[in-house]
Amino acid sequence: MEKSKPRARSRRTEKTWELRLYVAGQTPKSLAAFANLKKICEEHLAGQYHIEVIDLLKKPQLASGDQILAIPTLVRKLPEPIRKIIGDLSNTERVLVGLNLREQK
Amino acid sequence: MTPTKRNQQVKLLPKSPTGIPGMDEITGGGLPKGRPTLVAGSAGCGKTLFAIEFLVNGAIQYDEPGVFMAFEENAEELAQNVASLGFDLKELIKQKKLIIDYVRIERTEIQETGEYDLEGLFIRLGHAIDTIGAKRVALDTVEVLFSALPNRGILRAELQRLFRWLKDKGVSGVITAERGDGTVTRFGLEEYVADCVILLDHRVTEQMSTRRLRIVKYRGTLHGTNEYPFLITKDGISVLPITSIELNHKAPAERVSTGIQELDDMLGGKGYYRGSSILISGTAGTGKSSLATAFVDAACRRGERCLYFSFEESTEQIIRNMHSIGIDLSPPVKKGLLQFHVARPTLYGLEMHLVTMHELIKQNKPDIVVLDPITDFFAVGSHVEVKAVLTRIIDFLKANQITALFTSYTEEDTPNESVVGVSSLIDTWISLRNLENRGERQRGLCVLKSRGMAHSNQIRSFELTDDGIKIGALDLVRPRTELNPA
Repeated sequence: MEKSKPRARSRRTEKTWELRLYVAGQTPKSLAAFANLKKICEEHLAGQYHIEVIDLLKKPQLASGDQILAIPTLVRKLPEPIRKIIGDLSNTERVLVGLNLREQK
Repeated sequence: MTPTKRNQQVKLLPKSPTGIPGMDEITGGGLPKGRPTLVAGSAGCGKTLFAIEFLVNGAIQYDEPGVFMAFEENAEELAQNVASLGFDLKELIKQKKLIIDYVRIERTEIQETGEYDLEGLFIRLGHAIDTIGAKRVALDTVEVLFSALPNRGILRAELQRLFRWLKDKGVSGVITAERGDGTVTRFGLEEYVADCVILLDHRVTEQMSTRRLRIVKYRGTLHGTNEYPFLITKDGISVLPITSIELNHKAPAERVSTGIQELDDMLGGKGYYRGSSILISGTAGTGKSSLATAFVDAACRRGERCLYFSFEESTEQIIRNMHSIGIDLSPPVKKGLLQFHVARPTLYGLEMHLVTMHELIKQNKPDIVVLDPITDFFAVGSHVEVKAVLTRIIDFLKANQITALFTSYTEEDTPNESVVGVSSLIDTWISLRNLENRGERQRGLCVLKSRGMAHSNQIRSFELTDDGIKIGALDLVRPRTELNPA
């Protein structure tokens, strides 16, 4: 997958969001997570993000690099610091907090 | 159940040897093969070391590669920590006999939302196992997950699945866990690992620390149920099985002189058996150390090596005192044949004494070892503990065919009291006592027992003179003073 995306003119700073979604096969949880992520990104980070989906069933050796235990896990590689969100991302509110797109209430 | 039936059952359950000295004896061959074993204990009791040793020994001795999943320490730290024990983890990793996967989870880094499972952990572990064809796995300490992942329900279900999955994989596993308050483990992991549960304990009683190990459960096999003291030595863990030591020492027929002709005569004319254990018990000032020294002196003259553990007197003091009865220990000390090791028993716990003795004996390879006196150990351990340690020492010495001489202090009125516990381990037991008779004090010596030889039943007189030790007929009849009313 491509690494960079065109920078968008959003009110947010001009930075690219590098997101990695770790899954293990096409499970309902994985599919849900991807769909949820896509939706949230489109709403809040349109044009600024890049999602890489890693299927650990195919590339098990990648699990240790990002310290993956739970599936699905979303890793925000950029902007730093690295943050992780585990679960199917069904709770949008928490995903936004997790990605630091919203202050924790 | 009949004994034969039981024995068959033991054979049926395949075991995975730990290679930890003593451990395989009390478990009848090791941990259950292809199943997980739970090793629980509080902080600093040796869980991680146990797990590492299981893997390292597996990789080196039994050709079973292993995967170590570390939740607490990273590979570098682990390698450093066990390097002092002579384990070269990096080399094993290079040879593809070991994989260390450090699992780091930061609570603050993680946000939970919605459904998840721990498939990532399974994949990592599975990948590591498949990479080197691992037969053994250690998870140290998987409970860390409880503080990192808030959803207990998911975690419990997943851990249960993990242990079952390990079983399906057919790997022998060691899962370490923190000791709980009133339960075996803090998070009740023992519910999921049903095959074998081992408890490690580090206790401090009267400022002396002792490590103990107990097999709480071992499904489908006979096992020792006692608490076994264990040591962490510079070679790793060593369990001290007390009741399960196999009695298969060689019994040399060779005899060694006691250093005193008359005493040799009392012992079938030839003295002690080589490799036997000898106890000299007696009340204060009856000459126990002198008798021990005479033996040592004679052995050194034959060119044998002696190791003398003194718990009361300094080297100088012993040499000076023995001078007074015509024994000069300086030459053998100078020649290096005789080595003293002086330490107060209270200096450290029983287990440390045992370690020190083991190490010195291994280094010096003596023909004779003297422990003077063993009764001092009662200051640092209970009767049972001391007996356990002495049993272990005696077994160790016998296995190496080293003649062991112990002295033991006894109270005036109950000459055999404090040694009753250990006397059964002893081959030759010589008792010294003060005999008061007609206004005179005489030292008396008798052989209480001496296995495998005809020995004298008489009480003989025992004198310490400028020219050495004299043993003769006990003279109770001849009037010595005028006050004799006869």
